[in-house]
Amino acid sequence: MLPTFFEKREIVVPGDLLAEGDYIAGENTFKEGKRIYASRVGLVDYVNKKVQVVALRAFYVPRVGDTVIGKIIEVGVSGWIVDINSPYTALLRASDVLERGFNPRKDDLTAIYDVGDMIIAKIAAYDRTQNPLLTVNERGLGKITRGQIVQITPTKIPRVIGRKGSMISVIKKETGCNIVLGQNGLILVSGRSIENERLAVMAIRKIEDEAHTSGLTDRITEMLRKEKEKGVRKDESKTA
Amino acid sequence: MSQKLPEKLINEKGLRLDGRKPDELRPLKLEVGVLSNADGSAYIEQGKTKILAAVYGPKEVHPRHLALPDRAILRCRYHMAPFSVEERKSPAPSRREMELSKVIREALEPSIFLEYYPRTAIDIFVEVLQADGGTRCAGITVASLALADAGIPMRDLVCACAAGKVDGTIVLDLTDVEDKKGEADVPFAMMPNTESVTLLQMDGMLTPEEFEKAFNMAIEGCRKIYSLQKEALKAKYVAIKEAVEE
Repeated sequence: MLPTFFEKREIVVPGDLLAEGDYIAGENTFKEGKRIYASRVGLVDYVNKKVQVVALRAFYVPRVGDTVIGKIIEVGVSGWIVDINSPYTALLRASDVLERGFNPRKDDLTAIYDVGDMIIAKIAAYDRTQNPLLTVNERGLGKITRGQIVQITPTKIPRVIGRKGSMISVIKKETGCNIVLGQNGLILVSGRSIENERLAVMAIRKIEDEAHTSGLTDRITEMLRKEKEKGVRKDESKTA
Repeated sequence: MSQKLPEKLINEKGLRLDGRKPDELRPLKLEVGVLSNADGSAYIEQGKTKILAAVYGPKEVHPRHLALPDRAILRCRYHMAPFSVEERKSPAPSRREMELSKVIREALEPSIFLEYYPRTAIDIFVEVLQADGGTRCAGITVASLALADAGIPMRDLVCACAAGKVDGTIVLDLTDVEDKKGEADVPFAMMPNTESVTLLQMDGMLTPEEFEKAFNMAIEGCRKIYSLQKEALKAKYVAIKEAVEE
């Protein structure tokens, strides 16, 4: 095998020489001649012949099919402009929500979504020459009515999900909260009580801070159990 | 000006005013991610020079007509705080600051993959808190770190460092006094991986031989700064990793 210059999961910075020779440049890397360099701060990964970097800090670039959480920032004549925490603002068409022809004289768009409303949506179309187009025409999409929203670095969403969803299921199980992940780094947490939501938010924050370390799922489980115990004890002292 | 200028900038032992050898850098302190409101940030202390850099973006361009259809635009503001120099500097942008903004922007531009994010803008703010020479170079060094911290894809970090001539000797990393009293100053920035120079200016007079010596000295200085830059970028994450994994 040709030389690689880092261990798996080692932290690299832009300009670090990752590999030389017959490799394929994956995400957050670039190739110059036969050499592959990192273009972002992150953890390097060598998968067969592919060299990639899992970024520790990045912004969201829309991809068709992604579920995102966004905020309505403008109500236009025939649709809404949505901030999806990305360099590009997204557009949601009124005809998409109404599922019929739309009459600007009769239909009041603010009655459906108003400025400041948060929505869960899917990216319907996007190429780099035009801003992304959203759709809410699917189960589970649409206006958010309750819960809390946490924002993390978009590249750490896979870490919150965990291997085969292990991390997210731990949080869901321990806190009893429903969690919707937006690929753009926004996460909706809605539970039965604010206390539960607070726990889940705490866990997500911890994952963001320690995303580049190993054994994280175990530490999260431990933390959640400890915090829950503390909460129970507090309740007992209140009733006693 | 109350500042008293010394007679000699280099003593009999060949040492400079602050005790450095001719080819020695000032003590350098770099920190990344110091501001929570910016997308990326960094702080540098190079001797008495102290600079803070913040990066925002990529984001939508305002005003709209500035946007380019095929790449992002890079905007840079170099600014000196009123208290950064001995006599209060007016906070309004001066001719010099506008020029340095342009110079810093052009030194960083080749390092960024601007073509990845068309129709957007990346804003860099370089705020000089205390100036003691070499602010444009330190500004480039710290702005490059802030860009990396913001998660903007880059070909390489840009490091910068000045060389010059003081009392007939070629020296590295000039202070304010050395710059003002010395014979020449050569600010220099590069991307070490590709060995490409992104900034090269000269103020004063040098013979071709002296220039070459200063040029090579600046390259060596940049390489040292480069390794410190990399360390600083990793430090934030390594600290967390060590703390939780023991």
